Amino acid sequence: MELQPIHPEPTSFIRKWIFSIDHKVIAKQFLWTGLLFLLFGGTLAMLIRWQWAFPGQSVPALGPVFFKDTGGAITPPTYTSIFTMHGLIMIFWAITPILIGAFGNLTIPLMIGARDMAFPKLNMYSYWAFFISAVLVILSFTSQLGAGNAGWTTYPPLSTNVGSPGWGQTFAGLGIFVTGLSSIMGGINYIVTVIRFRAPGMTWFRLPLTVWGLWLTAILNVLFVPVLGSGALLVTLDRLAGTHFFITGGAVGLKGGDPILFQHLFWIFGHPEVYILILPAWGIVGDVLSFFARKPAFWYKGSVFAMIGVTVLSAVVYGHHMYQTGMAPMLGLAFEILTLAISVPAVLLFVNWLNTIWRGSVRKTVPMLFALGMVFVFGAGGLTGLLLGTISTDIYLHDTMYVVGHFHLTMAAASFLASFCGLYFWFPKMFGRETNPLLGKLHFWGSVIFITTTFTGQLLAGYSGQHRRLYDPFQYDYITHLRDINRWTSYSAFMLFIAQIPFVINFFYSVFAGKKTKENPWDVPTLDWVACSSPPVYHNFDVVPTVVRGPHELGNPEVKKALGKDWISQTEEMPGEDLAHAAAAE
Amino acid sequence: MSATAEHADHHGPIAWPKDPQYGLATPGKIAMWLFLCSDAFSFAGLLLAYGILRGGSKHWPPDPSLKEPILGINFTAALTFLLICSSVTMVLAHAAAVEGNRKKTAQFLALTILGGILFLCGQYQEYWGIVGHGLLHEGLHFGASHYANTFYVTTSFHGMHVFSGVLYLTVILVRTLMGKYDHGKHDHIEIVGLFWHFVDLVWILVFTFIYLL
Repeated sequence: MELQPIHPEPTSFIRKWIFSIDHKVIAKQFLWTGLLFLLFGGTLAMLIRWQWAFPGQSVPALGPVFFKDTGGAITPPTYTSIFTMHGLIMIFWAITPILIGAFGNLTIPLMIGARDMAFPKLNMYSYWAFFISAVLVILSFTSQLGAGNAGWTTYPPLSTNVGSPGWGQTFAGLGIFVTGLSSIMGGINYIVTVIRFRAPGMTWFRLPLTVWGLWLTAILNVLFVPVLGSGALLVTLDRLAGTHFFITGGAVGLKGGDPILFQHLFWIFGHPEVYILILPAWGIVGDVLSFFARKPAFWYKGSVFAMIGVTVLSAVVYGHHMYQTGMAPMLGLAFEILTLAISVPAVLLFVNWLNTIWRGSVRKTVPMLFALGMVFVFGAGGLTGLLLGTISTDIYLHDTMYVVGHFHLTMAAASFLASFCGLYFWFPKMFGRETNPLLGKLHFWGSVIFITTTFTGQLLAGYSGQHRRLYDPFQYDYITHLRDINRWTSYSAFMLFIAQIPFVINFFYSVFAGKKTKENPWDVPTLDWVACSSPPVYHNFDVVPTVVRGPHELGNPEVKKALGKDWISQTEEMPGEDLAHAAAAE
Repeated sequence: MSATAEHADHHGPIAWPKDPQYGLATPGKIAMWLFLCSDAFSFAGLLLAYGILRGGSKHWPPDPSLKEPILGINFTAALTFLLICSSVTMVLAHAAAVEGNRKKTAQFLALTILGGILFLCGQYQEYWGIVGHGLLHEGLHFGASHYANTFYVTTSFHGMHVFSGVLYLTVILVRTLMGKYDHGKHDHIEIVGLFWHFVDLVWILVFTFIYLL
């Protein structure tokens, strides 16, 4: 535990709200930026879905504004830009800042009992590097030749000047590079903070699962983002400096490079990346399920070790993205076995969640609903992934809409629902006000129903053979009969978009005029709720709390008998107990 | 007495948790180690690219008709030795700081900086030539072949690390002379040392893969 003096709160507007070093303000900055990009990326998704429902027809409302030249229709080059930027923006500028930037910054210090991050200034740089990357990705849209259009994976030769001339793709690549710097800075900060700034008594196995998820995510970020960085650097050199690391074929004559090399560099990062996005979600959901089932998280240590296992295994499975590149069958088999092995810890987590809610006194609050929704879509997504990890089935499903449906269920929908779970859960902590539960429930049911129908539609279309990324799928005879399912999927996607309106109303109304919250509106035992006010003061804790027990002490009959409530906080001692003193004397 | 009262304000360091594994490392030192792991992975990415491109070529240099020069080992081996010597002076600087000898610390830091600057001069000599011709003049053109591209990208990436290391060391030297690291507060000298040794270690790998093999 480090020396943590109380610093005076800054008074100027700029130091307080813009170049702030307060982790709570930085969390809000990440949150606002991330939500804006979520809206942006979501709108791009609507354009893609419109194109698949009514290929080449004028887009209502948006078309006349953005695609004037074509009378409102999306052209093939615009379409490739749209799906590329949808993927990039959702992953790097929406889910990452909300789940890791916002909740990481907000919860880590509060949940471990620290007054701020280990390196508050580095934290500020991390946000502003992220902001620069956001500017770069927006600049990408100003290119005359179109925004980045090589797919979110930026595979060469598509991502070289041969496939995507102009500065659109260049800016997108630079944006990825800079957002990677931001992630590394944030990651180092999170890791050090958890190692050194835990409150007295906050041992590793008393950490809430949220902190475990974020900590493991930070490790993956620190280790694997630089590999993407070197890949992005080499692609950028290919685009700007005349090298040919990845360009091959006629464009450079005999001295051609190796496009597959990029896939290695990309997926060495890219596979850990999907766990980077899901580990914090697992952590948040693990805690929230326990809090609202009023039971301890089932086999807490098992969940922790499962998450650690996933973290380790995630580094050695990336080859399953490259089964179709002609890799040696023996190597493919190795990657297949490792990939299927990763489902063991994942299923263990899943079973722990089910056992946590099993026979609990479930409080159907909005965060709990979102957590249950996440468990449901993650389960569905996980099951569909087995067919992609197995080579013999993947050969048929590779690059179809099935893949799109699968990774949206796991990586997109599960992270999305967990993000909102966290947002509704910590909203009172962030803003000191409560959200409207009725609007929240409306938001939940709209989201979970239409998420399920949208991505199931994609799974079905893909299973029937529809390739992903086709501009007009129905020009192929064997896909024409899928027009109806594509339309229904699109209608359901539009409904999913509309289902976010209650959230927007709820969010803005509650930020400014919501009901003032109680100190601990959810009756949960972790430090963020029991040891500091809502919203917390600048230095979080007037007195750094001493932790005497684990994070999920709920539903204990002994506690109920002694204290008359069904939970006991991480800092509270039972009558006659002297845990803190005994532990300190150890 | 409850523990909460015991730890009332936490303005001073407290001995909890007693975590022998991490108890001695400061946040700054852990952060530097993490950064070095991260940085090692970025070098690994570049060296992986080099390995795959070289492994995929029939010849190395890949296109004999370009008549690209073979990298000189003797001169670079001398540079490698120079860098290792600068690591030694870095260790001595830290040892002097532990002893609390400000003057000796500053001298050894200055020697380390000198080693870094000489290495950068050596790299300049190698690329452009101060005495005689540099590789660029001898026909190793950036963009011409994988041989040239991987060489320039990897060594200049390392050169940037040496350059930032020299700047970092200079800041630490100035702060040492200002007396900021007296009275046992030599953590920052150890941390800059970690970075400098890493730059040195990575160079040994780069030298082995790019020059020797």
